[in-house]
Amino acid sequence: MSRAPQMRTPMRRVRGLGAAHSGTGHFWHQRVTSAAGVVLTIALVVIAISLLGRNHAAAVQILGSSPVAVIMLLFIINSAYHMWIGMQEIILDYVHEDKLKLLALMANTFFVVAVAAAACFAILKLSFGV
Amino acid sequence: MAELEASTNQGARRARPLSPHLQIYRPMLTMMMSIVHRITGAALYFGMLLLAWWVIAAAAGPNAYANFERFIGSLIGQLLLFGYTWALMHHMLGGIRHLIWDTLHGLEPAERETLTLTTIVGSIALTLAIWVIGYLAMGGPR
Repeated sequence: MSRAPQMRTPMRRVRGLGAAHSGTGHFWHQRVTSAAGVVLTIALVVIAISLLGRNHAAAVQILGSSPVAVIMLLFIINSAYHMWIGMQEIILDYVHEDKLKLLALMANTFFVVAVAAAACFAILKLSFGV
Repeated sequence: MAELEASTNQGARRARPLSPHLQIYRPMLTMMMSIVHRITGAALYFGMLLLAWWVIAAAAGPNAYANFERFIGSLIGQLLLFGYTWALMHHMLGGIRHLIWDTLHGLEPAERETLTLTTIVGSIALTLAIWVIGYLAMGGPR
């Protein structure tokens, strides 16, 4: 009697998935991307300051150099995943109407993927010198 | 018994009591910062457009880059960039605070207030420091 009745099957327990069928994956990914985000944000600020007051040619040279380009790509991809999870959480908190919720979640995915793809493409274009 | 059944049947249509929400609590610093963390996160979400514009303009050529520079140098652009800097710093420090709390440290009343105050003061200090360094860098040789 002291033990709470076990409602889940052993398979469910092993998989560690709750009612949302996704477990705590996003919760953990948000923490991993936030830890990476701290380092990458500091790097971004340094890169941005180093570009201040320089002309286009210098900006291209700095942004396109291998270490800067890789850091920029990491910042964009890491931030994109972090902000996708974050906005999804905001939508799930505030949008309760099913159709609107579905549309908002889709719009979130489209926005994040489009912005990240465009920004990554720009960095690659700069770096490959086309 | 019949009375009980009648009341439970009515229950579906009757307005049920709701659990207390935000407006019923006394505003507290940690609570306000939790809200600000979400607001800065949402702001940075759209601020990503600014960063995307920056790198796309650089890749597109001198004219596109000049357009971006003209916008970011304008009053609205400077305000947006200052706001973006502060939101970035506040969200970063707030995130570190949450990571500390995730390890079950700093949750005592005095500790969590200190951590929260550090987020506010730290974000303002870092933002000002970045902008001072930025203006010094602008004054350097072009």
